[in-house]
Amino acid sequence: MTSSLESIQLPHLPASLPIHVALYRDVQNAPFLRQQLISGNADFEYAFIDASSVLSRTHALSAVFRAVNDYLNERLKSRNVHSEIVFSFSPTNNIADSFRKFGISDSTKDLLVVKVSTAPEITHESVAAHLAQSVEGTPAPFNDETLSRIADITKIKKAYKLGSLNVAPAGQTNGANDSGKKLLENSLLGAIAIRGAT
Amino acid sequence: MTYTPPPLPPPYTNTSPPPTLLTQGAEAHLYKTSYLTPTTPAALKIRPSKPYRHPILDKRLTRQRILQEARCLVKLVREGVSVPAVLALDYEGQSENNNGGAWLLMEWIEGLVVRVVFERWEAFMKCSGELGGKELEREEKKVRGLMRGIGGVVGGLHRAGVIHGDLTTSNLMLRGLSSGEGEGSPGMEGDVVLIDFGLASQSISEEDRAVDLYVLERAFGSTHPRAEKFFEHVLEGYQGSYKGAHITLKRLQDVRMRGRKRSMIG
Repeated sequence: MTSSLESIQLPHLPASLPIHVALYRDVQNAPFLRQQLISGNADFEYAFIDASSVLSRTHALSAVFRAVNDYLNERLKSRNVHSEIVFSFSPTNNIADSFRKFGISDSTKDLLVVKVSTAPEITHESVAAHLAQSVEGTPAPFNDETLSRIADITKIKKAYKLGSLNVAPAGQTNGANDSGKKLLENSLLGAIAIRGAT
Repeated sequence: MTYTPPPLPPPYTNTSPPPTLLTQGAEAHLYKTSYLTPTTPAALKIRPSKPYRHPILDKRLTRQRILQEARCLVKLVREGVSVPAVLALDYEGQSENNNGGAWLLMEWIEGLVVRVVFERWEAFMKCSGELGGKELEREEKKVRGLMRGIGGVVGGLHRAGVIHGDLTTSNLMLRGLSSGEGEGSPGMEGDVVLIDFGLASQSISEEDRAVDLYVLERAFGSTHPRAEKFFEHVLEGYQGSYKGAHITLKRLQDVRMRGRKRSMIG
């Protein structure tokens, strides 16, 4: 089961800060995981993201990149780098709202988990072991193919206020749709990048 | 003496291999680097802090300018105008240890700037002397197509409510062309992409739009004498690109008569 956790070294970020990402489908214990966040259980300091709000790998890693850069510059708006990752998905400055739209909810079935190695004892092995015993779900590869099956395009467009954007509805995966998806992805990255600039 | 560019702002001090400097202007340095994966190229624009300015003023100006550029790009991406997408941004700049600099990371556009395409084309036309009627017609058809494409993109930009502010053939790219030394006539197919929004602003006034076109027209006249006579096809491509285009084109006539500074300010 440990093979489902992917550890990523993002360009520009220090080598001491690898990112660990795991994707789960058919999660059974979302209310329990959410409760751990609410009660502030330090063992559960993760970014728990509802994967239906994630368009692609690039979309997810862009939010991570922004959050970790803000962390390195001591500019966090929320409690820690993991809550900041959830917040970084958001195009607005409302933290509670960002958790409602992108964070785990009691009804979450597909879950994206991100953990940043903010301390030396956080390693691929330790994260993999803890997730294996905490998340009741089916591990799935963190790639565009899997994400595109999970993503709720209508929900994503609504969250980013991109209703008028000319993108074909979900479910279609023909070649003509690729440029539409790229346009949507680029619009999301732009919204993530300029958040906070009033 | 070799030139040493200012130190990179964080997080690019970690980057391995370090970003490569491509060009520099008065306000910014442009680097090539990567984003999210080591093999995804990206363009990094850094506005270093200016040591001769008062620190508070410097921070405000830098922030304001990089944000202006980023906002225009984000808006244009959303409107589907072909410009490089904004990947990441830091408008604060680090003030502490003086290696400051706000930065803007953008999508990498693979291709050639239109200036180079025309330089190659003009060189080709010159050395091939008198072309036969058929070949000449083929060459001119290619140029007319590119010109219409340029007009269409500029029209899309104006439709979205953005003024570029520095339209020259160096700020237009042709996507997909290889940079290899072309001997023959250069290809002119591919999407035209607008770059460098360092002087861009948001406006829907026909005066501003007309001045944008006028600046481009003058740029063609001075840098590509052989291609200048095809400029009318830029306007042709522009004409159909949005509803108010004909009003802007009418205004362009006035601007030609008097030059670009109507307000006489600045």
